[in-house]
Amino acid sequence: MSERIKVRIKFSKHGALKFIGHLDIMRYFQKAFRRSGIDIAYTEGFSPHPVMSFAAPLGVGLESDGEYLDVELNTPENMEEVKYKLNEQMAEGMEVLSAVVLPEKSKSAMASVAAAGYYITFRNEFTPPEGWQEAVERFLAKEKIMVEKQTKKSMMEIDLKPAIYDFRLSSYQEKDCLYLMVNASSAGNVKPAMVVEALFREQELPFDPAWLMVTREDTYLNRGTESEPEFVPMDGQGK
Amino acid sequence: MSSLALDDEILMQVEKPARYIGKEINSVVKRPESVDIRMAMCFPDVYEIGMSHLGIQILYDMFNSYEDVWCERVYSPWPDLDRIMREREIPLFGLESQEPVKYLDFLGITLQYEMCYTNILQVLDLSQIPLLAKDRTEDDPIVMGGGPCSYNPEPIADFFDFFYIGEGETRYREILDIYKDNKVTGGSRADFLRRICSLQGIYVPRFYDVSYCEDGRIASMEPNIPEAPKRITKNIVTDFDGVPYPVKPVVPFIKCAQDRVVLEIQRGCIRGCRFCQAGQLYRPVREKNVDRLKGYAVEMLKNTGYDEITLSSLSSSDYSELKELVDFLMEESGEKKVNISLPSLRIDSFSLDVMSKVQDVKKSSLTFAPEAGSQRLRNVINKGLTEEDILRGAQLAFEGGWTRVKLYFMLGLPTETKEDVWGIGDLANKIASVFFDTVPKEKRREPVQIVASTSFFIPKPFTPFQWAPMCSAEEFLDKAYETRQGISSQLNQKRIKYNWHEADVSVMEGVFARGDRRVAQVILKAYEKGCMFDAWSEYYKNELWIEAFRDCGVSIDFYNTRSREKDEIFPWDILDCGVSREHLWREWEKAQREVVSPNCRKACSGCGAAKYGCGVCVRESEDMAI
Repeated sequence: MSERIKVRIKFSKHGALKFIGHLDIMRYFQKAFRRSGIDIAYTEGFSPHPVMSFAAPLGVGLESDGEYLDVELNTPENMEEVKYKLNEQMAEGMEVLSAVVLPEKSKSAMASVAAAGYYITFRNEFTPPEGWQEAVERFLAKEKIMVEKQTKKSMMEIDLKPAIYDFRLSSYQEKDCLYLMVNASSAGNVKPAMVVEALFREQELPFDPAWLMVTREDTYLNRGTESEPEFVPMDGQGK
Repeated sequence: MSSLALDDEILMQVEKPARYIGKEINSVVKRPESVDIRMAMCFPDVYEIGMSHLGIQILYDMFNSYEDVWCERVYSPWPDLDRIMREREIPLFGLESQEPVKYLDFLGITLQYEMCYTNILQVLDLSQIPLLAKDRTEDDPIVMGGGPCSYNPEPIADFFDFFYIGEGETRYREILDIYKDNKVTGGSRADFLRRICSLQGIYVPRFYDVSYCEDGRIASMEPNIPEAPKRITKNIVTDFDGVPYPVKPVVPFIKCAQDRVVLEIQRGCIRGCRFCQAGQLYRPVREKNVDRLKGYAVEMLKNTGYDEITLSSLSSSDYSELKELVDFLMEESGEKKVNISLPSLRIDSFSLDVMSKVQDVKKSSLTFAPEAGSQRLRNVINKGLTEEDILRGAQLAFEGGWTRVKLYFMLGLPTETKEDVWGIGDLANKIASVFFDTVPKEKRREPVQIVASTSFFIPKPFTPFQWAPMCSAEEFLDKAYETRQGISSQLNQKRIKYNWHEADVSVMEGVFARGDRRVAQVILKAYEKGCMFDAWSEYYKNELWIEAFRDCGVSIDFYNTRSREKDEIFPWDILDCGVSREHLWREWEKAQREVVSPNCRKACSGCGAAKYGCGVCVRESEDMAI
């Protein structure tokens, strides 16, 4: 068998497609690859499926400018060509932004994802009032940020603090917003709405997750160490 | 980027919002100003069911191939969204344009099963189109129906402007041209219906008057305008290779019931099982050329990206080039990692060989549909499958490593006796014995498992059993109980599992199947009481239906359990499905004498479908001439 080539695809997801859930996006890409004619590797057995790994599942209702998936190619192909062929198969709202070859020994997308950045705007014309930057700073200066998290079995108290890597006022598409970077690893993933809710609670403001419009800015891996992380976009690893 | 009919806040609170956003691969978006006619094709059930239907894909593809037409899709919003749309008065919309259906020219509704009838009203209601055809104005779309249940359109006649009887590939272009011309000449809705009612296969209920005898039977059904024909003859594709096939079907984002390429290999069935409506309606049987099918298969896999392909027909084993087609697909699929699924195959050495190559024997089960428990009753229903066939098939399968067998039966068939019902347990037991005789102890990887399922027999129009009385719910349940007893008295009973259906829904289905125009008020009443998604057991509300019948003073027994005389005028007699009433009556008499009829390839029974001059009728007569 010839050497397989590991490839990481970066794509965006906007508009109506934000209502397509993660499992359906996986199936969507399986079909898109088949239509594109790109020669990707499959598992063995009676129902072979593509060897595919997605970085961090994106919740239904969220948009993204930085989603990643890994596939393996059976035959070498020009990465611009791969990007072009896939884009010909995308539905309105999805776009392949890049395709890069990964070093042979790299960890899969799912195993290497560490963090994700999010732009958070408000649907109900809520704009952060004066003094919000300070409010966010005070929030971050707390020793612990305890929230309740519903697990399959019970309610759990967890501390969000160590999972928040960045949180500040910013702007997205010329609109004031919050920028938030949190842990997105499979073990410690934090949903952005949880952090915003904690902040609102702190301010004694009413909160409804349906007010948030969340766009994932990018997904990151950690090039540094746990204590001194160096987050880089997931395709930064490629050649 | 086009906007959606529903805002984010709604889509975030309903289950599976992807049902309502459109934008699927291969869906067709046109510029509204570039077309003359806009229409929506509707399957009145939830998206995942509707999207699995081949007929809509065929018509969608055909309509959109016309430059002057834009055809969209619409399905029943699930109850969660239904509630929100009513509260906020959001009109139902086409998936492609996300614009209200009420502004389109046509709304076509496919009628695939009787239990979707309240969903027709749901779709009309949410679309803000008057439920009764007589209340619609020039601003409303023309509401048309088609599909198998249109062969007795009477229980829903009040809700439709017209029905298209027969296969859709044939006459729509003419209808659309008349529509355009009527618009240009300033004609009204009524003018349009008047102009199309003389076309073959077009039934406009308002142009017919029904009168009844004192005992409730139909006295007459007569046209009330000169243009309307006395009888409406179905449309059929006579050049089956010449019609277009949707080689770029719409690919849903979410998992649907049919999540694969569907290749229609033939239409119709040569078998003539006497309970089966499809076997009569789609006569004569027509095959697609095998080379054409190979081409479609390759093209469709490429256009959709599906990793599975299935063959569609009423009886795949009867397709004459099956071996060649399957060999081709296996070769192709090996290279392309495509799964093949082969429904409706007779279990024999060929099919077992194929199946062992395309599926994991350990995971799959074999299906037999003997339909009746005894040979006597199988003769009555003209089901050509013998006990010997079944046991031999089972033996071959057990030798091949299968351990799971599914059996399908019907209860309440005409002439059924206690012995026939007990025959179900007998047969299941014999199959289990075959396993123990065939597979030596040391090779029994896992115990044999036989699942017997029964449904209740419902007499359908245009079948030899259209004259048959149907059982009541109590009789059905007694029979199910009897079946269970029959099974639990068997030696191998521990290896046999038994499933049966609810009886109440079957009773309703019976009324809708053979009902007349007077049933429409009941459907409307039940809908007003809250009935919807009746095909979904969790939404079926029997007590509301019973109430609706009582409120309207309509008798269930009149439609179901009553015997019918040879010359009774049936509500569907206004239609000609190609098979003559004389033939059906002959078959009904033969059924009672327990005499079987040959299949269409063996000998022609003179059913009448030969008048279409195509398919098996032509081929067989050529063969005979040689």
